[in-house]
Amino acid sequence: MLRDITIGQHFPGNSLLHRMDPRVKLVLTVAYIVMLFVGSNPAGLAISIVFLTALYLTAKIPLKMVARSVKPILPIILFTAVLNLFFMTGTSEPLLAWWIFKIYREGVYYAIVMAVRIICLIAGTSLLTYTTSPIVLTDAIEQLLKPLARLHLPVHELAMMMTIALRFIPTLIEETDKIMNAQKARGAQLDSGKLSQRVRALIPVLIPLFISAFRRADELAMAMECRCYHGGEGRTRLKQLRLHASDIVLAAAAALVFAAIGMSNLFFERIG
Amino acid sequence: MPAAVRVEELSYIYNQGMPDETVALDRVSFEIEEGAFVGVIGSTGCGKSTLISHFNGINRPTSGKVYIGGEDLWADPSDIRRFRFQVGLVFQYPEYQLFEETVYKDIAFGPGNMGLAREEIDARVRRAAAFCGIEEAWLARSPFELSGGQKRRVAIAGVLAMEPKLLVLDEPAAGLDPEGRDTILGQIKEYHRQTGATTVLVSHSMEDIAKYADRVLVLSGGRVAMYDDTDKVFARAPELLELGLSVPEVTKIFLRLREMGLDIDTDVYTVKYAVKTILAARAGKGGGAPC
Repeated sequence: MLRDITIGQHFPGNSLLHRMDPRVKLVLTVAYIVMLFVGSNPAGLAISIVFLTALYLTAKIPLKMVARSVKPILPIILFTAVLNLFFMTGTSEPLLAWWIFKIYREGVYYAIVMAVRIICLIAGTSLLTYTTSPIVLTDAIEQLLKPLARLHLPVHELAMMMTIALRFIPTLIEETDKIMNAQKARGAQLDSGKLSQRVRALIPVLIPLFISAFRRADELAMAMECRCYHGGEGRTRLKQLRLHASDIVLAAAAALVFAAIGMSNLFFERIG
Repeated sequence: MPAAVRVEELSYIYNQGMPDETVALDRVSFEIEEGAFVGVIGSTGCGKSTLISHFNGINRPTSGKVYIGGEDLWADPSDIRRFRFQVGLVFQYPEYQLFEETVYKDIAFGPGNMGLAREEIDARVRRAAAFCGIEEAWLARSPFELSGGQKRRVAIAGVLAMEPKLLVLDEPAAGLDPEGRDTILGQIKEYHRQTGATTVLVSHSMEDIAKYADRVLVLSGGRVAMYDDTDKVFARAPELLELGLSVPEVTKIFLRLREMGLDIDTDVYTVKYAVKTILAARAGKGGGAPC
């Protein structure tokens, strides 16, 4: 079901992670992704997993949610893993050889490493959106990109567009669900038939969806105009982002973990 | 004859096993007789819409069974489409589902999916359009040029054109002016009278339910609170008020009159019957009661 899409979903809470400065969270998430690819040895990955699990526990977000966010991209993970399994060639004797397929020890390692990486990547970025409301997140992006405004990059406008897009994802998903149900009630076949039939069956869903999206955009523009929105210039904020001591402590802790991941490369054999 | 709808121990849970799990329906059981006109009332979020979308298999029960005309809806999941043509479901704000270039084509979408012959489709489209007060001239126009009330009628005609045995409407008059409201509900009642189709009407307006329904199903917190003849349900006004629901204005007046010490029945829920009761009360007391 469409409802199961969790990207950009937010779970309100009051944990240490929820209260953390979104700019710090954003930077740390990016750093975490980089470290996932730097720490390419079993120890490095193990630290990454433990670190992320600890963060999930701190945020009081059930680990079940990880399963939910990973589920939609499971095919991609499996595909990558299988591909690596068969295409990595190693120097040692193949573990298995059958016809043109040869599986080397390196292939097995690499397949596991890639799968773990992708899962951590999804789980890590999901944690960011789970603990940060979209509005606050775009606020953080806007602040972090502010230096680029000097180069005449429309930072505020981009951030506003992102805020609006994120805000309307759940609304449009709900709307799509409703329209699909209404057309199914009139006998539309949306989940069976040949590909060409299925594409044609989407027309009764897409047209009402576009029309409603335009209608909403129109209403939103009107509402913004009514409240005298005139872009970012001279705009002040109700909630100013401020760094707290706890942010610095957490950032320092994360930096230590990242350093550990980096160091692990020195002591363990690198894979891939 | 089997009941038009039989619901047995139906439960439906959204996001089962997740932190945001919600029980929308909790072991609901009831039966709707063939040819009945049933009103469904309940406060917002009580599970009305969830319940009716079980009637044609849009929602699949978490547990329990739904029978349409004596047949188990989910006996063969691949055959669910057959029931979609037997049960016409009009969702809230149905005008947002219009998509075709012309009104005619949009009304013909349902019958077309049924695989009917071209002449049959044509006849059904015209019949349904006439029923909903859609003029011939509109049929060739784009549905997006019409007014809100007109679009609503086109959308309802799109469901009526499938000529369902069971017609289910979720707040068909929401957001319409009083005249549009009476027109649409009047046409639905007329369809019920002429075809004998079992009709289920979900509404927040107690007046509408009182005027059109023979029986009333009251939902509260995902459970059936009451299910009885219309007069018997509205006679239990204090309980309805406790559930956060209301009773028709005219019933409220009678309850107040009784409170003031007048000896009259309070199972009054339409203005017509109210006039009769008042006249009878006056005649009985020789015009003594100061009304």
